[in-house]
Amino acid sequence: MTSMTVGNTTTPRPADGTATGAAVEIDDVAVRFHTRKKDVTALTDVSLRIEPGEFVSIVGASGCGKSTLLKLVSGLLRPSSGRVRLHGEDVRGPRRDIGYVFQRAALLDWRSARRNILLQAEMRRMPKGEARARADELIAMTGLSGFDDAYPNELSGGMQQRVALCRALLHRPPVLLMDEPFGALDALTREQMNVELRRIWRETGTTVLLVTHSIAEAVYLANRVVVMTPRPGTVAELIDVDLPTERDYGRTMAEPSFARATGRIRELLGAATTSE
Amino acid sequence: MAAQSSTDLLERADAAGGGAVTVRRRTGVGPGVARFVRGTWRPFAVLVAIFVAWWAVTAANLIRPYLVPSPGATLDVILAQSSYFAHNTWITTYETVLGFLIAIAVGVISAVVMVYSPTVEKSLYPLLLFAQVIPKIAIAPLFIVWLGFGLTPKIVVAVLMAFFPIVISTVTGLKSIDPEMLQLSATMGAGPGQTFWKIRFPASLPHLFAGLKVAATMAVTGAVVGEFVGANEGLGYVILQANGNLDTPMLFAGLLIMSLLGVVLFVIVELIEYVVLPWQASRRADAATTSL
Ligand SMILES: Nc1ncnc2c1ncn2[C@@H]1O[C@H](COP(=O)(O)OP(=O)(O)OP(=O)(O)O)[C@@H](O)[C@H]1O
Ligand SMILES: [Mg+2]
Repeated sequence: MTSMTVGNTTTPRPADGTATGAAVEIDDVAVRFHTRKKDVTALTDVSLRIEPGEFVSIVGASGCGKSTLLKLVSGLLRPSSGRVRLHGEDVRGPRRDIGYVFQRAALLDWRSARRNILLQAEMRRMPKGEARARADELIAMTGLSGFDDAYPNELSGGMQQRVALCRALLHRPPVLLMDEPFGALDALTREQMNVELRRIWRETGTTVLLVTHSIAEAVYLANRVVVMTPRPGTVAELIDVDLPTERDYGRTMAEPSFARATGRIRELLGAATTSE
Repeated sequence: MAAQSSTDLLERADAAGGGAVTVRRRTGVGPGVARFVRGTWRPFAVLVAIFVAWWAVTAANLIRPYLVPSPGATLDVILAQSSYFAHNTWITTYETVLGFLIAIAVGVISAVVMVYSPTVEKSLYPLLLFAQVIPKIAIAPLFIVWLGFGLTPKIVVAVLMAFFPIVISTVTGLKSIDPEMLQLSATMGAGPGQTFWKIRFPASLPHLFAGLKVAATMAVTGAVVGEFVGANEGLGYVILQANGNLDTPMLFAGLLIMSLLGVVLFVIVELIEYVVLPWQASRRADAATTSL
């Protein structure tokens, strides 16, 4: 298990000094919110480099700036200082070359599951035939077949999240951002979704950033786990997950390296909350 | 914040449970209309009951006929002077419907402009409020002076009455959009037009229809108020004349038709809502099944 602390230096790291090639680069970023009552520093000294095809989980206490971090990467939010790059390009405004899954499914009530998925294609003016074929493929892949005509209020919470996932994957984004996508699901559905997401990731080769509150989920899914400190959020530690690419859910849970990684994260998060 | 997310979780769990049990497929418009008819027979039953009560009270001679005429006498008047009533009903219907449609166009457009421009909203809101609180019966004579004795001043009063609920409900609807939906739209590279037509406007429709239902009945009142102030045709004129002649059967006939006009307009709006917003209808049906 290799770990390194990031954030106390502004110079580029020499080991991976080549600026190009990374999927996501976050360089010494800080975010401050100015509200009428007070100023909140959500993030400080955050630096992170994510290679194409990586699966990175982000964990941390509530309010430590995890969602803010995803919004930075997608360009929905500008950093107060520092820079964010996506595929070597500075992020200046909302980026189209990403897929975003919000904590709540954020589906349109008046559209069927299929038409919710196709919203992505309509907004991007993708060729109709191609979009339809891709939607069929994703519906089959996520086990939604037979429910594509159902309206969101006729779907279970897990199905709604799957629809949101299909919508985020429709345009084959090189980077997928997921903000606590399974937070509202029961434990069993959540496990199934984890296995599914892991499979989808391996099939698509997409770079994934996943925010989660579940330590087990973070470790099972990811190659690396970013552990954040409480507000103002910064990277406490990067944890490499030393597990095989082929991960059976039950067997992975029993691996010693799984226990080591989750133990370390729990330690960091526990220490973080008691020090506050 | 923690409390909020926990209620959210409960709601989710609820929705998941309900969805898993009753996954229903919707086939076109038919079942929605059938459900609509099933949902509206009760109010009609109540109407019939009121009619029966009215009939009973007058038949038993509890009230003198020149104060409250019997339903029979009222219907007799309508039948005896059917072409007179048909003409005046048509006039009021015309004013009402035209006023209602103009109010929808003006109301929705101003709401959209107000939502997209805070400056316009700030400068227009006081004016709107003023137009709403001023008694219509008090300014109606002014419209007669300005616009003459024809149908135009009546339509203007109907517009004024119906306009306010439409603006308020549309503004509320457009503002009620989940900010995450707008962020999602931004990550899809959608332009403002696409975001409006595909997300914001449809999301506001349930609110808009709530306002339209109120506005429909207000439009009838507006047209009749306009007629009260100065007219030689229309249901308001009929009622005013009957009142002057102490002709209560005629008065009741006018009131009856006027109320029916409001009810019919309301039901039409509701029917359109059921056709345009089938997902709303199915949600209501779900609520009904769980409340049993
Ligand atoms: N638009 C905003 N205006 C003001 N403050 C904000 C805004 N967005 C976030 N914050 C603040 O920034 C901090 C980080 O918020 P963020 O949503 O990123 O937390 P989080 O780690 O995602 O928390 P959670 O796990 O509860 O979702 C919080 O303290 C929050 O109050
Ligand atoms: Mg969050």
